[in-house]
Amino acid sequence: MNLIIKGGYVYDPINKVNGEKMDIYIKDGKIVEELPEHKAKVIDASGMVVMPGGVDLHSHIAGSKINLGRLLRPEDHRKDPVPRTRVTRAGVGYSCPSTYIAGYRYAQMGYTTVMEPAMPPLGARHVHEELNDTPIVDKSAYPLFGNNYFVLKYVREGDLEMLKAFIAWLMRATRGYAIKIVNPGGVESWKWGKNVDGLDDTVEGFDVTPRQIITSLARANEELGLPHTIHLHCNNLGVPGNYQTTLETMRAVEDVKPKEGRENTLHIVHCQFNALAGDSWATLRSGAPEIAKYVNSHRHVTLDLGQVIFTDTTTMTGDGPWQFRLYNLTGNKWVNSDVEMEAGAGVVPYTFRKKNPVNAIQWAIGLELALLIYDPWRVYMTTDHPNGGPFTFYPKVIAWLMSRKARTDTMLEIHRAAMRKTTLADIYREYDFYEIAITTRAAPAKVLGLGEKGHLGPGADGDVAIYDINPTEWRPSMYREVEKAFSRAKYTIKGGEIVVVDGEVVSTPLGKTYWVDVEIPEDLEGELMKDLEEGFRNYYTISLSNYPVEDAYLPVQRRVEVVGWR
Amino acid sequence: MPVYRSVVCPFCGCLCDDLEITVEDNRIVKVRNGCAISTSKFLHHHENRVENPLIDGKPVALEEAVKEAAEILKSARRPLIYGLSSTECGAIAKAIELAELIGGVVDNTASVCHGPTILALQTLGESKCTLGTVRNRADLIIYWGCNPLEAHIRHLTRYSAMARGLYTSGGRKDRYVVAVDVRETRMKRVADLFLKVNPGGDYELLSALRAVVRGYGLDVDEVSGVPRDVILELAERMKKSRFGAIFFGLGLTQSEGRHMNIEAAIGLVADLNHHTKFVLIPMRGHYNVAGANTVTTWQTGYPYAVDFSRGYPRYNPGEYTAVDLLARGEADAALIIASDPAAHLPYKAARRLAEIPTIVLDPKRSMTSMISRVVIPTAAAGIEAEGTAYRMDGIPIRLKKLMEPPEGVLPDAEVLSLIIEEVMR
Ligand code: SF4
Ligand SMILES: [Zn+2]
Repeated sequence: MNLIIKGGYVYDPINKVNGEKMDIYIKDGKIVEELPEHKAKVIDASGMVVMPGGVDLHSHIAGSKINLGRLLRPEDHRKDPVPRTRVTRAGVGYSCPSTYIAGYRYAQMGYTTVMEPAMPPLGARHVHEELNDTPIVDKSAYPLFGNNYFVLKYVREGDLEMLKAFIAWLMRATRGYAIKIVNPGGVESWKWGKNVDGLDDTVEGFDVTPRQIITSLARANEELGLPHTIHLHCNNLGVPGNYQTTLETMRAVEDVKPKEGRENTLHIVHCQFNALAGDSWATLRSGAPEIAKYVNSHRHVTLDLGQVIFTDTTTMTGDGPWQFRLYNLTGNKWVNSDVEMEAGAGVVPYTFRKKNPVNAIQWAIGLELALLIYDPWRVYMTTDHPNGGPFTFYPKVIAWLMSRKARTDTMLEIHRAAMRKTTLADIYREYDFYEIAITTRAAPAKVLGLGEKGHLGPGADGDVAIYDINPTEWRPSMYREVEKAFSRAKYTIKGGEIVVVDGEVVSTPLGKTYWVDVEIPEDLEGELMKDLEEGFRNYYTISLSNYPVEDAYLPVQRRVEVVGWR
Repeated sequence: MPVYRSVVCPFCGCLCDDLEITVEDNRIVKVRNGCAISTSKFLHHHENRVENPLIDGKPVALEEAVKEAAEILKSARRPLIYGLSSTECGAIAKAIELAELIGGVVDNTASVCHGPTILALQTLGESKCTLGTVRNRADLIIYWGCNPLEAHIRHLTRYSAMARGLYTSGGRKDRYVVAVDVRETRMKRVADLFLKVNPGGDYELLSALRAVVRGYGLDVDEVSGVPRDVILELAERMKKSRFGAIFFGLGLTQSEGRHMNIEAAIGLVADLNHHTKFVLIPMRGHYNVAGANTVTTWQTGYPYAVDFSRGYPRYNPGEYTAVDLLARGEADAALIIASDPAAHLPYKAARRLAEIPTIVLDPKRSMTSMISRVVIPTAAAGIEAEGTAYRMDGIPIRLKKLMEPPEGVLPDAEVLSLIIEEVMR
């Protein structure tokens, strides 16, 4: 079907279109220059906002971790049962939505691309099976590298070539998209019940430091020229004073040479959780201004927010020692799950409370980061779903970003620590629709290296969101309207197909799964296979030949070819 | 004569993936690396097959059987779909879709084995790991209410007591092994320490250990038949280990106390994590019972006992569990997939199954197939069909297809798709 989206106010930052009234044409699933009107279905978007489909680069929607969250929390599901309709499957929502519901709800908000950011390689099939049951959106998953036995081994040996070969191999074996690192070294130490306390601590059992792991992986990533940078969950997450670790981490990769054509070498995930100043919970304050200052003067860093929402949610990370800490802080239920040779994970339910001073500060930190960093191309809106809160609250975050009044109204309801221990009240900046389009689609698509996403130029995927709000009449005081409009897209179009009308799902195509394929030079691959065979025989519990994910798990795939060695 | 290597064994939750299987004239003639159970099951695979789709015992065409099945399910008010732990995940997904479509209840065999484990998890959480983590690290292993020598024969050598790994190159001699059971089992010969606990005394013993780990004294001479000194020493050993693991089985989940027992074990293990690293791992029996829970959870939010009668999933073990639904005389039709509840469920539930129109999908004849209105033979996953299975520790592994199923016989997932199409017609 061909489509013409007529007369909307278009926000397409990659093509520098800022709210101009123009028509968008889609043919065979792609954006085209122009189309004759009689050959297309026309959607009247006059008086509405038109943007590329939303792109979420960090949301835990698939795999063993979120599924442990689902298993752990029947009480969460009971708040939000979702019945079957003529076109959609039944399920549950809230903080650990079932796969179908996650796909629908992203589409209902105008999102068309979502990345699962923590795939334990041994559980890769599980991730892909869930992604295949997550309809509509395009997606990918980032395999965990930061505590992998072979990574630690090659880092210890200082063998960057073997490290690169291993990265290429594991990407293909797991059908992964980017290098995810979680508490580098700390998760390995956690297998002995320990942790690392900073960049220069030694990893239990290996003669390496987190600093070495991060810089080696960043170097390998840029030398291979992967589409995204390393995707890093820093050490010391959730520890008061950790903004210093975060700054040190950013500094540590300053001299890593970026891949040709970009300036960035490091993405820091859910930075809010890593921007705490003060030396205890009692003296906690925001470290966001320091982080923003650094980011504003250094081009190699990007980050996402991990914005806190005041609600009951479920925290889940690949950071076992942090989840154990949180369990001890809260006394809530606790799941720990260690994965041989590779990774680990933990799950703890958590409620962010308005009257809790720590939570109030955390809430403000996320917004400070978004507002104090001038360049929206380098700071992306996320809640680290479901860690800071469910992704269904994105429209609320958009309202906070666009309206100081929205922030003030919330600040008046929450603990005064948000006023006293952060700078949020002093910030008058408000995002406009253009900047929202940057932080929620254009910029994440760009930093992921997804050329066909995040914009509406010819050749882009026909992924479009239309929101029923008139930007020429909207004022920041009307923040509830913007929240409403972004909650239920007037239309969502995915690959040229209308999937949402008036906030309701009308069709459920299966999106594609991106993965990165880097060819390994033959001699290097031979050497690598020898190591892998030995490692698998001696330490794994499944055969090397049964490890790589088969094509059967990627019914709709998009292989991104990368030339890693020239 | 094709020889398949690195074959995954679909006969218990260990999912050993290093078998070598020789197929001759579409028949398995040789099995290497399999345990006794596995070898025998592979070699006898061709026996006792359901040869034809049947309605009321009479051979019919597949289309007819599918039609009858759809008719039964459509006209039922409280249809039950049950089994699922001995098939691959694609079939499990289809079964859930069908349950949703007909507004039925979908349950899997976890409800009669590790259901209490899941209930305890939903109350408290769990500290667990993959089997390789135990292989590589555990210097203290406790088998509680389980007997791998009989039920998971290669567990000891591949994954636990005897396995050699990264920090356990000495294998068995690098570990201290404890077995706890209500009667002496062959595990006594494997273990350094065997504790015979009084029947029904698991909860007490676990609680005593927990109290000692927490630093309280014991002012009794024995707990549940285990002397005080032994408890004190074991608690000390647990705290001093570098990496401890408790494997537990039906001896703990299905004995007096049930989910309370598991809660006590979870609490003990959580406390031990303040001293060292400790994990707790259920020994799942059927090869893909973990998969049945996993798929049901990602599709509905709940692991088993899911009711769709209101159009959305509801979860209530004890109410929507197959045994209860049948014993209450509530289920008025049943679709059984890869399971034999007529042989294994309590009498009242099994009797109900014989009273109502029952449909069974199974490669083999069973008690259930004898009492079923409709019988549809299917290809055996892991032998005649591919698919995913989840190992007892949650690792997803791809099952292999080694040979063609008998003429006209389809995998479970395909038969279920046909039934779904027919129901939607
Ligand atoms: S232990 Fe279980 S999985 Fe392994 S060979 Fe025996 S029956 Fe098969
Ligand atoms: Zn995250």
